[in-house]
Amino acid sequence: MSNEASSKKQSKWHLSDKGLVSLFIWPTLILLILVNIFPLFYSLYLSFTNYSVISNQLPIWIGLQNFINHLQSEQVWTYFTITGRFTIISVAIQTILGFGLALLIREKFFGSGILTTIILVPMMLSPVVVGLFWKLIFNPGYGIFNYLFFWTGIPLTTDWLARSDLALWAIIIVDVWMWTPFVMLLVLSGLSAIPDYLYEAAAIDRASSWFQFWRITVPSVAPLVLIAVLFRTIEAIKSFDLPMGLTGGGPGAATRMISIDIYTRAFLGQFKTGQASSLAVIVLVMIVAVSNIYITALNKVKKG
Amino acid sequence: MKKILVLLVLLTMVLAACGPTAETPVVEQPAAEVPVVEAPAAAGVTELKILWAEWDPANFLQEIGNMYEAETGIKVNVVQEPWGSFYDLTAAQWAARSDTYDMVVGDSQWLGQGVVQGHYLNLTDFFVERGIHTSVTEATMKFYGEYPQGSGSYWAYPTEGDAVGWAYRTDLFEDPEQMAAFEAEYGYPLDVPETYAQLLDIAKFFTRPDDPFNGVGYGVGVYTQKDYDGMIMGYENVKFSWGADWYDPVTFEVEGVVNSPQAVEALEFYRELYSCCAPPGTSNAFFAEMNDAYISGQAAMIMNYFAFFPALANPGINPFADVTGYFTGPAGPYGDRYVALGGQGLSVHTYISPERQQASLDFIEWFAQEDVQLEWALLGGYTCNINVLESQEFLDVAPFNAAFAESMGIVKDFWNIPVFGQMLEPINRIMHAFLVDGQGTAQEALDQIAVEHRQILVDDGILD
Repeated sequence: MSNEASSKKQSKWHLSDKGLVSLFIWPTLILLILVNIFPLFYSLYLSFTNYSVISNQLPIWIGLQNFINHLQSEQVWTYFTITGRFTIISVAIQTILGFGLALLIREKFFGSGILTTIILVPMMLSPVVVGLFWKLIFNPGYGIFNYLFFWTGIPLTTDWLARSDLALWAIIIVDVWMWTPFVMLLVLSGLSAIPDYLYEAAAIDRASSWFQFWRITVPSVAPLVLIAVLFRTIEAIKSFDLPMGLTGGGPGAATRMISIDIYTRAFLGQFKTGQASSLAVIVLVMIVAVSNIYITALNKVKKG
Repeated sequence: MKKILVLLVLLTMVLAACGPTAETPVVEQPAAEVPVVEAPAAAGVTELKILWAEWDPANFLQEIGNMYEAETGIKVNVVQEPWGSFYDLTAAQWAARSDTYDMVVGDSQWLGQGVVQGHYLNLTDFFVERGIHTSVTEATMKFYGEYPQGSGSYWAYPTEGDAVGWAYRTDLFEDPEQMAAFEAEYGYPLDVPETYAQLLDIAKFFTRPDDPFNGVGYGVGVYTQKDYDGMIMGYENVKFSWGADWYDPVTFEVEGVVNSPQAVEALEFYRELYSCCAPPGTSNAFFAEMNDAYISGQAAMIMNYFAFFPALANPGINPFADVTGYFTGPAGPYGDRYVALGGQGLSVHTYISPERQQASLDFIEWFAQEDVQLEWALLGGYTCNINVLESQEFLDVAPFNAAFAESMGIVKDFWNIPVFGQMLEPINRIMHAFLVDGQGTAQEALDQIAVEHRQILVDDGILD
């Protein structure tokens, strides 16, 4: 027997390459389906219903009604406008500052390593914690912000979070403080990948610093800048914890971004699950569209 | 790839089909038909589970439960959920018709939902037979337990009474120089305010950030939080005391009620109180921020729920505990005097077994006894029992109990219909912009709220 039989028995339990692949992939895939894919498709389904999670009633199919209501609602457009304004201003400032900081940090000097680490600290903090302590910093009674910027003409009693003309700027300031280091980090990695000989060759050709910046530095780091902008744009569109912690969407609805509106509809005593899901789907489509625009631009930049 | 996609979609559809069940449709009328099961069906029940928010009163109730266990052998387990997720958990339990918890100490505003959707057991006969409904103050029975109001149908035992009261600095109010200066300026003696006009005068008098007295630079702290019902509870004190209301109690009409001339005046007054005299940085403030403003010595007076006053009476927390006094909300300009209701009532779930329902009723009957209610009050719970509220023992046990006892007779509440949560949102959005940022006028704000409230009520079938 028994060598042959034994080898047959062994081969029966032998794990093929395909089997091994399945063994690695399926647990992950099942987990992904359960916690990611299923909720995505389920919320897509709910977005076409009038479902309320606390109503003890099955979802009733209402077609596109939720989407029509949202797109015809002035309030929803206002919240999209606030979100757009926040995203554009915040990401633009972060990109410019992040690029500038990366250019400064690139030069090695005494303590530059520690300085880089310190600059990176804000992005490592929890946004909720950041929101809470910036709330204290903005406090017109004992917060330090107004004192630090008193010289600019800001009155000491300015309540940044209670004024509709300032509250969004307060959130932008905090968002920029928190996420500029992220842009800086990506740009820095791009800058360090530029070979020195390019600059040396340009210098030999007597190219000016400005020329070197525009013709060597910018094209080299452009793909990474675009990736940073893409990530930051997506994050800014769905920004929730920071504005919620700072203003809760107020005063009134002056800083109610679309994510806060979704939260308000889904919870806070309302539990309009179908409405909230449909708004979330609209935001998802928006993010996919914006991402596609960026990725197309990124591919163009890469192709040169 | 296509096959995988098809597989995913199919799997999702299968999972979706296994989603929520809708065995029981929403009942539009109070589910009054669930009979109270008579004793001795409670036999065999060894444990009762009560769901409540995570705070000191729940710990006190656990102590009361331990006493019950010592007497009857039935363990009482008070399960505490943080305030932020208390309603979410309760609503999820209700949606699933879960029998995990026998009872819930639910907010007064949840009453309509609990009744209309059939989650709360009808306690009317049980209360009437045992005289429980008359053992508590009329206002607390009405707002914590009766639905619809005035119907005589009871669904919850008023357990943790609460209302918005006021704390003030006696060292400021009783300082001879300040008293003389105040009288010279306003023409009447400085004392605990009896009217809101006096409260405003006092708040203005102590608002002097550039020349604080005893470190106090601001006159008054008021609720402004817009996330749930904080600002609304603050404004309600003034609104009700101006003789205004959220709706007509008979017709449920809101147009001309929520935006009545008195309601507009009240909102203008509340705005003035905030803008003239509130500590800076309290533009989205609720109970925690109120106590902070007081403990940090910023404000001469604050409004807050009585449930949060024990911290102010504790010298370990509040350095001004020894010079802190408490008073009931003052009267409005037309003689009305009301305070906003807080607190919760104890209800029994309909979908637990008859044995557990009976055991829950046995517990409520025991808990409602006067001596147990006194024990509850001495532990720190806010009883609604009439006799205990009037007893000297209760009045003496905490410096704010006298004001609390007075408040329990003049409480008034927000909507408690199933769509109460939807009614909060327009108020928070519109009124907050006027209150803290001065956008528009009080009339415009309340007109817009009336329009949106009416639409919610029409959509819900309450109004035509």
